[in-house]
Amino acid sequence: MKEHLKESVKIISGNSVAAWAARYARVQVISAYPITPQTTIVEKLSDFVDSEGWDCQYMRVESEHSVMAFLIGASFAGTRTFSATSGQGLFYMNEMLHWAAPSRLPIVLTVANRGVAPGWNIWADHQDVIASRDTGWLILFASSHQDIFDTIIQAYRIAEDPRVYLPIMVCLEGFQLSHTIEPVYFPDQSLVDEFLLDLPKNGWPHTFLDPNRPITFGSLQIPGGKVATPSSMYFEFRASIEKAMLNARTVIKEAAQDFKKIFGRDTGDLIQKYKCDDAEAVIVCAGNMARQAIAAVDKLRSEGLNVGAVKLRSYKPFPIQEFQELANNGVKGFGVLERNMAFSLNGGAASVDLKSAFYDMEPSPYVVPFIGGVGGRDITMDDQCNILKRVLNVIKNKERNVKVEYINFHGRFE
Amino acid sequence: MSFKKIAKEAPKEYFLPGNSACAGCGLELSLRWALKALGQKTIMVAPASCTNVIVGLYPKGAPAIPFTNMAFAAGCSSASGIRTGLQARGINDVTVVCWSGDGGAFDIGLQSASGAAERNDDILYICYDNEAYMNTGTQRSGGTPYGAWTTTTPEGKRQHKKDLAGIFASHNIPYVATASVGYPIDLYNKVKKAKNIKGFKFIHIFAPCPPGWRFETENMIKVAKNAVASGIWVLFEIEHGKKTLSAPSEKYRDKSKRIPLKEYLQLQGRFSKMTDKEINELQRWIDNYWEHLEKELACFG
Repeated sequence: MKEHLKESVKIISGNSVAAWAARYARVQVISAYPITPQTTIVEKLSDFVDSEGWDCQYMRVESEHSVMAFLIGASFAGTRTFSATSGQGLFYMNEMLHWAAPSRLPIVLTVANRGVAPGWNIWADHQDVIASRDTGWLILFASSHQDIFDTIIQAYRIAEDPRVYLPIMVCLEGFQLSHTIEPVYFPDQSLVDEFLLDLPKNGWPHTFLDPNRPITFGSLQIPGGKVATPSSMYFEFRASIEKAMLNARTVIKEAAQDFKKIFGRDTGDLIQKYKCDDAEAVIVCAGNMARQAIAAVDKLRSEGLNVGAVKLRSYKPFPIQEFQELANNGVKGFGVLERNMAFSLNGGAASVDLKSAFYDMEPSPYVVPFIGGVGGRDITMDDQCNILKRVLNVIKNKERNVKVEYINFHGRFE
Repeated sequence: MSFKKIAKEAPKEYFLPGNSACAGCGLELSLRWALKALGQKTIMVAPASCTNVIVGLYPKGAPAIPFTNMAFAAGCSSASGIRTGLQARGINDVTVVCWSGDGGAFDIGLQSASGAAERNDDILYICYDNEAYMNTGTQRSGGTPYGAWTTTTPEGKRQHKKDLAGIFASHNIPYVATASVGYPIDLYNKVKKAKNIKGFKFIHIFAPCPPGWRFETENMIKVAKNAVASGIWVLFEIEHGKKTLSAPSEKYRDKSKRIPLKEYLQLQGRFSKMTDKEINELQRWIDNYWEHLEKELACFG
């Protein structure tokens, strides 16, 4: 007998939302290891399975490396899988992140983002997920409690699309989203069932576990040269991840459209725009800073400034076309505010990526890098207003090669 | 069981010829016998080891069962995941096996194996032990014996071999056994027995490596048998906590029936630098091991 969850509004923490999203998605196998600030997700899941009789296989393993290895095994077996981790845990499972993507397994992992030790820091920071940038995983950011639910549900739809078959990280910032409480709308189960794809009866078509159809998976390949040989397909397999990542652009958009049709909410797709149509300057943020940026934009709009906000919803695939389109439609300057450091590259990772997206554009828009909110440090709406004003000034003064600006930074940096 | 009976019971080969194993490979022969006992309905996970190479270059594969290569430390954890995933889909008639080398089992994969053993996950964990990292060219592992030359112990290893079966026995799992490629009927029977037990099973197979141990390929079985005859490798089973000596080792329970340790060591180039003092130290370790073993056996009458 399949569980049927009823429509409700819950006043709930971000981590509990993530757990409920997994339950709504009818996840079959979970594997988890505790780490702050993700822990209350796996605690909630334990309540679901042990105390509420939710029908799900839940293995509490001995490390994050084993979490991902376990889910790789379970996903090989054709099941819908889920886990959650943070910071150091994400680093410890890194080898297996790299294993999951080429295995083309639609695993969904929630990352409650935190700082990197040493020194210990468990608060909101995006350095952990940025370190997973080229693992072959899709990386999506949620910016509110409702968005955590919506993004996790969409993640299964995207990952399990045969054009993609790649794992997805859904990021939510530690404490600021994970441990704060907000009202969240939970739909009737039937809507989620309608939105998600049916799992293939015999497992994913590309996996190998049928004893009647024995396949050896993951064998050694030789480098190859000018001539293609069956034993030198390594490069071609790597390129197929890139192909799937590009396909995901379309699939993310389709999923967002269908989601809007079924649930009535516009989540945005690779990005979500706010008052960008006539904006001269926009602020680009991932996660909950993107939500606060809306208030900053409203404030400056009331002062007559033409500004907007862009929520970076998908970091992988990176929304190159979407940003180029914004530039073509008149946005002259992009202030990129990030909680991560792309060391030696004058900004956070996304500012570097954005510059690369704009490189061939004539005239090239202004990209103004800002780093703030590192290790959970405050970023206020006023800070974001100042960022937008600074970008307007950069445009006005035609400043190029703008040096990265640290927000609420108290150290000396010469 | 006899060879004749096994040939009748398990005529099919599940590790096919044409694979990339060296001549006289102890691993390949162990795997071939183990798969005969396991049969068609088996899924095998092999963390990084020589096994990953000998199954052959993509797209060919020697295993005639579903088989996956796996990251070094992820053998048991991924095998447990497969078992759980199959269970979620209602598939319960397949044996999930993790097949690891000694590097994977003694060293890098110990944590995930301990986790799976503690949870008593329903998988069969087999370590084929060639007493060093052979795939990377013979570096010392926690399974390398005292005195043995490897490329990272050029003057001989200074530490003794880790008691891996003892570690798994301490997890109170339903089945622990040691085996040897030199005694294939015993090996076959143990794998077959383990296959039909629910929970976490561990089998430790002694599998000599001609190039790594520096001996002639035709001596592989002889080296394996001499290990048992000298008492440096002991065959036993622990079923639900009860330890029993297996027939091949029972023969050498009396120390006077054993061959001298030197006879085992001298066939192998890896021990050629050992001094008499070092050989005595290794002998002391063996005697100690047996003394402890006898006490354990006495507990079970």
